[in-house]
Amino acid sequence: MRVVGTSRRKVDAAAKVTGELRFADDLSLPRMLHCKLLRSRYPHARIVSIDTSRAEALPGVIAVMTGKELPIPFGILPISQDEHALAPDRVRFVGDPVAAVAALDEDVAAEACKLIGVTYEELPAVASIDDALANPEPQLHDYADDGNVHKVISLDFGDVDDAMAAADLVREDVFFYEGNTHLPMEQHASLAQWSTDGKLTVWSSTQTPHYLHRALAKVLEMDPAHVRVIATPNGGGFGGKSDPFGHEIVVAALARKTGRPVKIALTREEVFYCHRGRHPVLMWIRTGVKRDGSIVAMDFKSFLDGGAYGSYGVASAYYTGALQTVTYEVPAYRFRGIRVFTNKPPCGPKRGHGTPQPRFAVECQLDKIAEELELDPAEMRKHILQPADSVTANWLRIGSMGLGRCIDAVVEASGWKERHRKLPFGRGLGIACSSYITGAGLPIYWNSMPHSSVQLKLDRSGGVAAFCGSIDIGQGSDSVLAYIVAEVLGIDPLDIRVVTGDTDLTPIDLGSYSSRVTLMTGNAAIQAAERARDIISGAVSEKLGIPRDRVVFAGRRVFDSEDPEKGVSFAEAVQIAETRHGAIGATGSYRPPRSPGRYKGAGVGPSPAYSYSCAVAEVEVDPSTGIVRVPKVWIGHDIGQAINPLLAIGQVEGSVYMGLGEALMEEMTYRDKQRHVVHHHPSMLEYKSITTHEMCDVETFLIEDPDPNGPFGAKEVGQGPLLPLPPAVANAVYDAVGVRVDEVPISPQAVLRALKDKMRGKEGRHGPARIPDYAFPEPARILTPAQGGTGREADERAHSEVGGER
Amino acid sequence: MTQPISIEPPVRRTLHGTFTVNGERHEVAFAPHKTLLELLREDLALTGTKHGCELGECGTCTVLVNGMPILSCLALARAHMNQEIETVEGMASASGLHPIQDAFAKLGAAQCGYCTPGFLLAAQALLAENPDPSRDEIKEALGGNLCRCTGYLKIFEAVELAAKELRER
Repeated sequence: MRVVGTSRRKVDAAAKVTGELRFADDLSLPRMLHCKLLRSRYPHARIVSIDTSRAEALPGVIAVMTGKELPIPFGILPISQDEHALAPDRVRFVGDPVAAVAALDEDVAAEACKLIGVTYEELPAVASIDDALANPEPQLHDYADDGNVHKVISLDFGDVDDAMAAADLVREDVFFYEGNTHLPMEQHASLAQWSTDGKLTVWSSTQTPHYLHRALAKVLEMDPAHVRVIATPNGGGFGGKSDPFGHEIVVAALARKTGRPVKIALTREEVFYCHRGRHPVLMWIRTGVKRDGSIVAMDFKSFLDGGAYGSYGVASAYYTGALQTVTYEVPAYRFRGIRVFTNKPPCGPKRGHGTPQPRFAVECQLDKIAEELELDPAEMRKHILQPADSVTANWLRIGSMGLGRCIDAVVEASGWKERHRKLPFGRGLGIACSSYITGAGLPIYWNSMPHSSVQLKLDRSGGVAAFCGSIDIGQGSDSVLAYIVAEVLGIDPLDIRVVTGDTDLTPIDLGSYSSRVTLMTGNAAIQAAERARDIISGAVSEKLGIPRDRVVFAGRRVFDSEDPEKGVSFAEAVQIAETRHGAIGATGSYRPPRSPGRYKGAGVGPSPAYSYSCAVAEVEVDPSTGIVRVPKVWIGHDIGQAINPLLAIGQVEGSVYMGLGEALMEEMTYRDKQRHVVHHHPSMLEYKSITTHEMCDVETFLIEDPDPNGPFGAKEVGQGPLLPLPPAVANAVYDAVGVRVDEVPISPQAVLRALKDKMRGKEGRHGPARIPDYAFPEPARILTPAQGGTGREADERAHSEVGGER
Repeated sequence: MTQPISIEPPVRRTLHGTFTVNGERHEVAFAPHKTLLELLREDLALTGTKHGCELGECGTCTVLVNGMPILSCLALARAHMNQEIETVEGMASASGLHPIQDAFAKLGAAQCGYCTPGFLLAAQALLAENPDPSRDEIKEALGGNLCRCTGYLKIFEAVELAAKELRER
């Protein structure tokens, strides 16, 4: 391989360092209007009336819109179509959009919003998980499973109770992981243009142009063929731009209403209200192990605070229980979980979607188990790994598995054996492992079509255009597309023009979420490029008299492998093919393999391949202030095959950064007044994140254990390396000062409380004491592969929703 | 519930001024409350300068005024008439990228690229003053700029590489 596996610049690097790259708010059109939204000041209220007359009378205002004009609901998941672009009759959180103004400039639009009179009738607000369970009324949404419990999950794989009874040690722990948000540097922005022939174009900072396209067509009742979504480069996404948003629909509706282009650029405060970030999750975990640390059974419960709308929440809830079995062998496993509705900004998918929380619980508990068994926590983990080429108890098919090598790399580099439990008081090392999906195995709405497609156009110039619906959110997906096409065709990435994220021009890709793009567009790109190569090699073989199996593409030439002098430039080769066949194009598509799971809920967790990570964090804890400093992190990540090691390491470092922020300081919290539903600090100053000063040194080890399903063996790298950070830091804090902080973030206050607890002669712990007393339904029983199961529920009940088969 | 607000828009005055941006003079008529950020992006169409908060919290909108980094979202445009303003658009020349830009591109210091212009200008100001900064000095100089993608490490490395390139010129 000449391109794949080598470090090089991104294809858009020059545009990014010169300021040429145009983000959504950098766009403007003639006669463009500016939109502002009026948002609810109440956490929960009925809208009695809205008077827009004064706003409409303000000079410069062109249109005012309320929810009555957009009555059709939408939402990212087909099973939670519970959002409106503008609230028609009820608001459910502080920040819920109520009305919109399109005006000649932003200032007038903002002034007009103040002139809109809304009469509300306040309703009791639901603030927390306990609150939601205690107050089934008023229901936030009538489709919820149970009062204000949005979703209830109860699954049983194997004989958990029997297995637990045979354990040498059973530990039960409770953990809490606070919610946090993506905080992309770019605030969401959208620009809509309506043309008089009835066609709509929307440019938007979205990670999922295809899903936005569907939502726009639905709410605006338009023929999808007449809606064009152009995803602009995202100034960071991290999952926060994966839902279709009300503001994207509003500008489209206003453009149609006014016949003029309409743009909205959200303020930073509004970005906090869009949220869709990490769910706060309360967790209970009981694990039974043998004396050597091997797990015999795991019983896990999660309670998710979902906020005001469904978003990806049903998937998030399933994800809190899906991947526990992927890292370590868990022969018997029970998962029960609920997601509740509360009157706060909706939670959704953030980097690691639903899995950092349970990962924190599992890895902190394993550290405690190792301590009790007097085992080295690194060694113990190495001996309990889920094997490669296996099927887990919950029916996930594992391919390559390089976690053992990840553990070895960080243990060696960090001096683990010499330093763990041996450093002076106040300093410590902690270890944690994790695994993550390389793309969701199922699309968000049920269909059997490809998840990703790539179309290539080649012509006599020798240049190649690669079209794909994927969108670059900074992770480098445009570059990966160019590298892979260049690799197959033996040309330079610079020879390739990538055109991405345009629903009119590019074939469908489902979007930049679930770490799916490198694997799925990569496989589609390989197929397209190989088909193009076949067309060219056939024509060249015929023309130059080279046996077909000896035609080689390399160094921007096409030649005879046994006589490299005999050949032509790539451009000449395309000319030969164009002469022979006419215009040259090729397409490629990818759809993930079917997962063996067939039970209700089996749709969340399957993936073509799983990445693995192991991190060791070093901490310095000041016992007088509780402040935790992290000077260094060593991390090994099994990426299968790095397409571009430079960018891959960048993804690992970025993940470590974000994981460290979650471990130490990032949190979405709500004020005491109004029952904890008013955002505590919707600003970047108050929402604490890691700056240059707190960032740790990172030593990254890319472990390459190629997966047969990955393009050139590649697996994901954008999300997985975040996962081990919070538990590694928590375990290091224990090594440093001997206390357990069983919640995230590990704030100075939490550390001090745990130290005080220890000084009082107690266990030296800070964290939640209990979980709600919720009566879960009888679990669906699914036999494991080892029990000879079929992947279906034992009673063969039919299923729908997120099932593995429809 | 509706506040008694006048439906008449506030009287809008317009100022006229000369702004020197990247060495080029622009005559601009602008509203007195406009920030330098708004003037650059909206009146001069220099959209390379980005915004992340418009409250002075993130450093994304950093530009140089007389060589000093400032937050253009907090600066009134009228306060910077007749001063030398530098934005990211002024860094590269016909002969290629500025060494700081080149180092960012080469080392992967720009992931999504949104915070990049602000970092580039903060780094340019640092290197003009201190051609051989230590890692801690770089952290200090860039401490007001937030980046959510990179974890800053590639940015530090890029500034160090650029400093070396510039010293060896």
